[in-house]
Amino acid sequence: MRKITYREALREALREEMQRDPTVFLLGEDIGRYWGGAFKVTEGLAEEFGDERVRDTPISESAIIGAAVGAAITGMRPVAEIMFGDLTALAVDQIANQAAKIRYMFGGQAKVPLVIRTPFGAGVNIAAHHSQSLEAWYMHIPGLYVAVPSTPYDAKGLLKTAIRNDNPVFFCEHKLLYPIEGEVPEEEYTVPLGVADVKREGEDVTVVAALYMVHKALEAAEKLETEGISVEVVDPRTLTPLDKQIIIKSVKKTGRLVVVSEDCKTAGVSAEIAAVVAEEAIDYLDAPIKRVAEPDTPIPFSPPLEQYVIPNEKSIIKAVREVV
Amino acid sequence: MYRKMFEIRSFEEKVFELYAQNMVPGTIHLYAGEEAVAVGVCSNLRKDDYITSTHRGHGHCIAKGADPKRIMAEILGKKTGYCKGKGGSMHIADFKVGMLGATAVVGAGIPIAMGAGLSIKLRGTDQVVACFFGEGASNQGTFHEGINMAAIWKLPVIFVCENNLYAMGTRQSRVMLIENIADRAASYGIPGVTVDGNDVLAVYEAAREVVERARKGEGPTLIECKTYRHKGHSRVDPAKYRPKEEVEEWLRKDPIKRLREKLLQTNVLAEEEIQRVEGEVSAEIEEAVKFAVESPYPAPEEALEDVYA
Repeated sequence: MRKITYREALREALREEMQRDPTVFLLGEDIGRYWGGAFKVTEGLAEEFGDERVRDTPISESAIIGAAVGAAITGMRPVAEIMFGDLTALAVDQIANQAAKIRYMFGGQAKVPLVIRTPFGAGVNIAAHHSQSLEAWYMHIPGLYVAVPSTPYDAKGLLKTAIRNDNPVFFCEHKLLYPIEGEVPEEEYTVPLGVADVKREGEDVTVVAALYMVHKALEAAEKLETEGISVEVVDPRTLTPLDKQIIIKSVKKTGRLVVVSEDCKTAGVSAEIAAVVAEEAIDYLDAPIKRVAEPDTPIPFSPPLEQYVIPNEKSIIKAVREVV
Repeated sequence: MYRKMFEIRSFEEKVFELYAQNMVPGTIHLYAGEEAVAVGVCSNLRKDDYITSTHRGHGHCIAKGADPKRIMAEILGKKTGYCKGKGGSMHIADFKVGMLGATAVVGAGIPIAMGAGLSIKLRGTDQVVACFFGEGASNQGTFHEGINMAAIWKLPVIFVCENNLYAMGTRQSRVMLIENIADRAASYGIPGVTVDGNDVLAVYEAAREVVERARKGEGPTLIECKTYRHKGHSRVDPAKYRPKEEVEEWLRKDPIKRLREKLLQTNVLAEEEIQRVEGEVSAEIEEAVKFAVESPYPAPEEALEDVYA
């Protein structure tokens, strides 16, 4: 099968959905012909679809999402890009109080078919305002779906699904994933929301990880195999809806759970997944649940400081050894 | 227009009555005194045009053609309300008449109205959007972001600032150094107009012009309507922060009283005709109250529905 990058996979999803449905349009800061998106995801799309449908905006995150909300409830399918996940903080009212609640508050009268794409994640030395992972904020808001694709295949399939979905989808990307290559079929496919994917089968320990951490978990699993420890890596692919069944099924098989997440440990993604397993499958556990997450600090700038706080292969291996 | 204004006033008086009888859960923000704004603007709109509204939104709903029965039912938390009891007084919407909903976050409707305008532009129709908000909202960042975006993209949005002088208890002069909100339009390169918001004919005329302008694709306008709320900010507010003389002066400028006098003076309508209209409207509002009171509450477990489409 052909291999393309995560970035190209996202771009293909946008292109195909824009070709398929004239109500799909993109908006965001510098996504158009002059820049092509800060991470070049939308490069070339303005030339192909025009400046009206690939719309550069002022630096106004709140109004970008507001524009998407207003357009979505009146018949369009906007895909908004927020240049860095940290900057979604500027638009939280529009995301959490407006986009997510309009359908409910108005008794189901409206559909809000919009997608918010944004990159999270640390590891490129751009410090506290451009490196956070805030997926958990948005998991906490009923009315939103939260996608966290880790591979080009999942990125394309999930983005197509997100665009076709009638609800607001908060679509998390990761800076370090954009250049990663993976197999993506030429033919049409989609990936459903709420279906986890076992990225590696194993017998001894279940490691749940999303986005970039899937790759760190797979590297750790590779190393642990040489020590005779068989690790199963489960990628939820979407955090809302969360595929509890596949996670629990894996835990029932292995009896051990390590949750890896590139966000702060307190009230983070790992806390929710650990709680689900503790609540619904504790009898199957042969060891305490371990969480590998960031300490409760902002992301520091200097490379040794930054590397210290991000979960990595070593911290995952250490956690797995502790539960086996 | 007189009928609509009288309808809003009668409706709000009933809401206040029901509230006093402990029949309204939560809070209420009454539109009484500001009727000329919603009616003057919405009388220029077609059914397929849109509006966005605020926590003080009952008047906007009625002016855009929503059914008072279902508004009242929503205010009482009933299943037959527009939002099946999930929204209440501050969150009424009727998408069938283009009422895109009331948001209770001050200023949050401005970017959403702009987005509806963007949708109109992309779909290539000649609809327009009227976006209602108070002078307090003009201090929010969303005002700046939303109006600027509408301006640069020439979107068909009419930004209607209902300047009732007070943001809750905060007088305008304490939180901005300008007198006219419409002056802010200049910084976005769009027209700004200030009108007497208690004169429905003045509002109507001003709105007619800018609605036309928007419909022709010439872009947004900021209209400021100077008005006054007859009651306090919300249910618990006796509005002691407003000088007595000021309140009295504005009560003399009551938009409904003014229009009534004008209709009589100019012989447009005779006293009997006006009374007939008033009688009809009062009966209709009684009907709405009856419908709302007699309607059932939603089943508790309906709380779990409508989160996702």
